[in-house]
Amino acid sequence: MSAAAADWLPSASVTASGRPVLSAGEVERNLLPLVDLEPEENPRLAPLRGCLLALTSHRLIFLHEPSRSARGLPLATVVHAYPPHRRHSHNPLRSIFSSSSSSSSSQHHRIRLQISMPPARSEVVAIVVTCKADVDVFFGRLLEAIRARAWEMTPAAAPVSSATVAEGAAPAEDIAIRMPVVGVSGILRMEQESWESAGQNLQDAFQDLNALMSKAKEMMQLAEKMRLKLLTNSSTEPNSNDEEMGSKQDMQDLLLSVGIVAPVTKETAGALYHQQLSLQLADFLRIPLEKAGGMMALVDVYCLFNRARGTELISPEDLLQACLLWEKVDVPVMLRKFDSGVKVIQTKTHSDEEVFARISSLAQKPDALQKGISPSDAAFTLGIAPALAKEHLLNAENKGLLCRDVSPDGFRFFINLFNEIDAQNIYTQKPHGLYHAWISVAMAYQC
Amino acid sequence: MKRLGNFELPDFCNYPPYFTIIFSLQFATREVQVRLWKELILAYCRSQRIYIVSFEQDFPSFSNPAIGRSLSREAKEVFLSALVTEGEWEYLNSVPGHAEWMDGNCYKCLILWLTIQDWANCLKENGLGSTMPVEDIRSGFDTRGTELAGIDSIVLMRALRLLEQKGKAAIFKVNDCEGIKFCV
Repeated sequence: MSAAAADWLPSASVTASGRPVLSAGEVERNLLPLVDLEPEENPRLAPLRGCLLALTSHRLIFLHEPSRSARGLPLATVVHAYPPHRRHSHNPLRSIFSSSSSSSSSQHHRIRLQISMPPARSEVVAIVVTCKADVDVFFGRLLEAIRARAWEMTPAAAPVSSATVAEGAAPAEDIAIRMPVVGVSGILRMEQESWESAGQNLQDAFQDLNALMSKAKEMMQLAEKMRLKLLTNSSTEPNSNDEEMGSKQDMQDLLLSVGIVAPVTKETAGALYHQQLSLQLADFLRIPLEKAGGMMALVDVYCLFNRARGTELISPEDLLQACLLWEKVDVPVMLRKFDSGVKVIQTKTHSDEEVFARISSLAQKPDALQKGISPSDAAFTLGIAPALAKEHLLNAENKGLLCRDVSPDGFRFFINLFNEIDAQNIYTQKPHGLYHAWISVAMAYQC
Repeated sequence: MKRLGNFELPDFCNYPPYFTIIFSLQFATREVQVRLWKELILAYCRSQRIYIVSFEQDFPSFSNPAIGRSLSREAKEVFLSALVTEGEWEYLNSVPGHAEWMDGNCYKCLILWLTIQDWANCLKENGLGSTMPVEDIRSGFDTRGTELAGIDSIVLMRALRLLEQKGKAAIFKVNDCEGIKFCV
């Protein structure tokens, strides 16, 4: 179901890879992988199902990934946001673990929002969080974003050229409280409020802590038992039915939320972070790849991408994971590993044959017939980096197009003449063809 | 470089990659390179009457000073081995080959641009006298100008022994001098 149905919300534009396009000064603050948006009072407003929710400093963007369409709810329209609410089950175990993240199919967090849509109409909608996520953190960020009112500030003077650079910038620390402060009493009032809220937080924290400490030992034993049970179960019954698998998955997730590493890991699509990173990378690389002729070494991409991000640099491992995820999505780039081990990123339209044709014609020029071509010659002519040129030459050698010549002068490649020579009659030569062309050029330089 | 002495070099000796051994992964090209070297070695040895190739001495066709290239030690071994191995396989099928290592370390190689059998046939067909010293075959008046002139003594003895096995000749010794009696 695409996001187009919910036409009571303004639409949001999406990049070619399916990431939301952010306006100048708009910064991403949090992501929830899977939510629904349900209007609670008005039956005429269409709900949104199965969307990725991106909280930015200006909007709540609901992105429907399969159809790559999105709707954006401006934060300016949010009058009030109610804290996340969830029906507790009677399972005491679940309620103990439930403080941070777990959720099951019967109980999703609901965040109610009272919004005022033009023309001067008040609605109540609920964001239903159907995935496992830290809803409290999201809610905290939502409140901060609403309070910050970033959409009222004038846009920065320097133009932001691409959404990726804007997202990469550090979150602006202007969450300054902008409530009207009237005189000294206003200041005192603020102080009072902050003290009270701090006191309350501390109390809550200690309460949890005391309870946890008293149960800690029992908790660990129980968790250990469950872990072993999971381990033995999964190894003896690989074909259990769906219901069992579902509850087992829940159990694993509960354990994970307490910090115990799952004993059995299935192949996942990668954390949400890597997914988003890989899409962002694909968007970013579109232009540099074109300039570089369709192929770039992975190390170059690492430098380029991190330089563009400014802060919040990614590790080489993250980059590699992001590239590997491209296999699962439809993007116009791919990771490729040459025989020598060099990894490059190339556009899917890149063709080896075309490169071979260019190398072949280069190797048949009179100069090259006489002296061969070196990787730097090839790099110069093909317009690519020398390291990549060498890979291409080695590739062409493997295909039988070129032969290498190793000498004290260095490493050079010649067009492959061996296929043209008749081993039965080593003195004969055809009056035309490659061998003949080579002989006339090479012999011209012999005395 | 077009000539080595009175031997005309084929044109591909001026092709630099000829002197760089091709990885065995590039199967087809490597085969051609090996064959070309085998042909060249045999042709050169035949024309210059060289019977033994040793790594301690220079073998001119292994390098081309005009283009500044020469075969590495490893490459020389590979190409000579190709001549030898061909012979080994053929030996298993009772067909002799074109080269043999003379020692276990592969330092010296005996080049048989005519196989032992070929030499034996040559001896038979040459219409030599019924009895003569072995030395005469090598350097005597009768064989001057024929293939047999200056034949290596090792090769000659092996050919003669082959004839002996087949009953076409008999080797005898008189006063430290070996002679051969050809049967009709």
